[in-house]
Amino acid sequence: MATGTEPQPRTGVHDASRAAITARHLRTDRWWLAPAATAAGLLAFVVYSTWRAFANADYYAAPYVSPFYSPCLAENCVPMKDGPNWAIFGSWWGLSPALLILIFPLGFRLTCYYYRKAYYRGFWASPPACAVAEPHKTYSGETRFPLILQNIHRYFFYAAVPVAGILTYDTVLAFRDETYAWGHMGLGTLVFLVNIVLIWAYTFSCHSCRHIVGGKLKHFSRHPVRYRLWGWVGKLNARHMQLAWASLLSVALADFYVYLVASGAFDDPRLF
Amino acid sequence: MSSYTAAFRVWRGDADGGELEDFKVEVNEGEVVLDIIHRLQATQASDLAVRWNCKAGKCGSCSAEINGRPRLLCMTRMSIFSREETITVTPLRAFPVVRDLVTDVSFNYAKAREVPAFVPPPGVAAGDYRMQQIDVERPQEFRKCIECFLCQDTCHVVRDHEENKASFAGPRFLMRIAELDMHPLDAAAGVGVDRKKTAQDEHGLGYCNITKCCTEVCPENIKITDNALIPLKERAVDRKYDPLVWLGDKIFRRTE
Repeated sequence: MATGTEPQPRTGVHDASRAAITARHLRTDRWWLAPAATAAGLLAFVVYSTWRAFANADYYAAPYVSPFYSPCLAENCVPMKDGPNWAIFGSWWGLSPALLILIFPLGFRLTCYYYRKAYYRGFWASPPACAVAEPHKTYSGETRFPLILQNIHRYFFYAAVPVAGILTYDTVLAFRDETYAWGHMGLGTLVFLVNIVLIWAYTFSCHSCRHIVGGKLKHFSRHPVRYRLWGWVGKLNARHMQLAWASLLSVALADFYVYLVASGAFDDPRLF
Repeated sequence: MSSYTAAFRVWRGDADGGELEDFKVEVNEGEVVLDIIHRLQATQASDLAVRWNCKAGKCGSCSAEINGRPRLLCMTRMSIFSREETITVTPLRAFPVVRDLVTDVSFNYAKAREVPAFVPPPGVAAGDYRMQQIDVERPQEFRKCIECFLCQDTCHVVRDHEENKASFAGPRFLMRIAELDMHPLDAAAGVGVDRKKTAQDEHGLGYCNITKCCTEVCPENIKITDNALIPLKERAVDRKYDPLVWLGDKIFRRTE
């Protein structure tokens, strides 16, 4: 019977063949700060987006539609004039229509190479930081179910492109006023513009996108256009982490702006 | 700038055991940690074992861990530390220790041998290889590697899990596979070697969870994760997990 006092097998940095050092790590800097801040940031977004996705209210204030609810694919959506209202799901769908569409951007970000690093470090401590021993006894990485599904990231990229296209359409619609007259702009239009630029920059900076546009080639010299595209995507890709955070923040802010206007807490200032 | 006395803790021992030993040692302007280790050898610990060679960050011999971070002893300036802090120097903690700061890195040589070598293109003599710069610049980045094995040391797949050493090549050698797979003249596919598929099946690419520690510690600033490991993962997806690419390869009879 186990008594709890049996010697544990020595593994990892405590393996018998390695230098006999009892400490898990000898780092003296604040190595815990980055994973802690990452986990806190992601957790805050998860809490906020879960509330908003399930709320099923205050997501449309003419001419703005929340990016969490666009396109709106259920019959129970609020009518939006010329907006992305496609009642693919009939009256039997009683939950929030946001749940139908958020699965795609959620999957895109969940399988994103940057976010993988972020949550593996921040939430799973695998590893918590470089040269800081992880707490897990075994490790199989992305070789088995469910993490082997990370390999479908490119399919979420394919899905993210039309979603970003629809959000672009929403931004165009934001150049109307509350009576749907064209040629107007409010503060919300600016919020939507910044958001859509960041969404596209994040989408195109994707590692799968970089591979698809040219990274998979063996001879760039035979494909000059794709080589040029690969170079552009590479420049964006170098800032993938920054774009991931900036677009995450901007999409939450765009949604929050719509919430404030739709709930009557704030009046959208009209610029012209 | 004046000299000062620094506090050092250096791991002394061998495979049978050891401990961190405290030293007080003189530091002068412009010195690096390897200089201090050499001063310890010269003045206080004549039997201190340390592997070194070029003192210029190009031979990759003096890899160790300084304040818990994998670094080259010869490229770590003393000026990055405050005068008050105690500087801890240990051997690489992912490999078996030989003595003091020297470890047995033969794991890496075994893994190197497992990667199939460059396959020359048929019908082209060695002196007649011609490549365009834009075709070779990607693999050229990986040729900057000095094989210090800091990336291998910091990778948690083997650092924290000795049992994974048998099935995981480590970032340095997955980068080597990526280099060969991107090489414009490599003809491995022609002799039945599918580098994309074997990277996943035989060299453990799936163990990599792209947490980028290899990139963080690389003294040559090679973007190992973004430019080698993730592109290699995407290439493995082409072969193993993407039915559309597989179908396209079959229909259009693409081999590369």
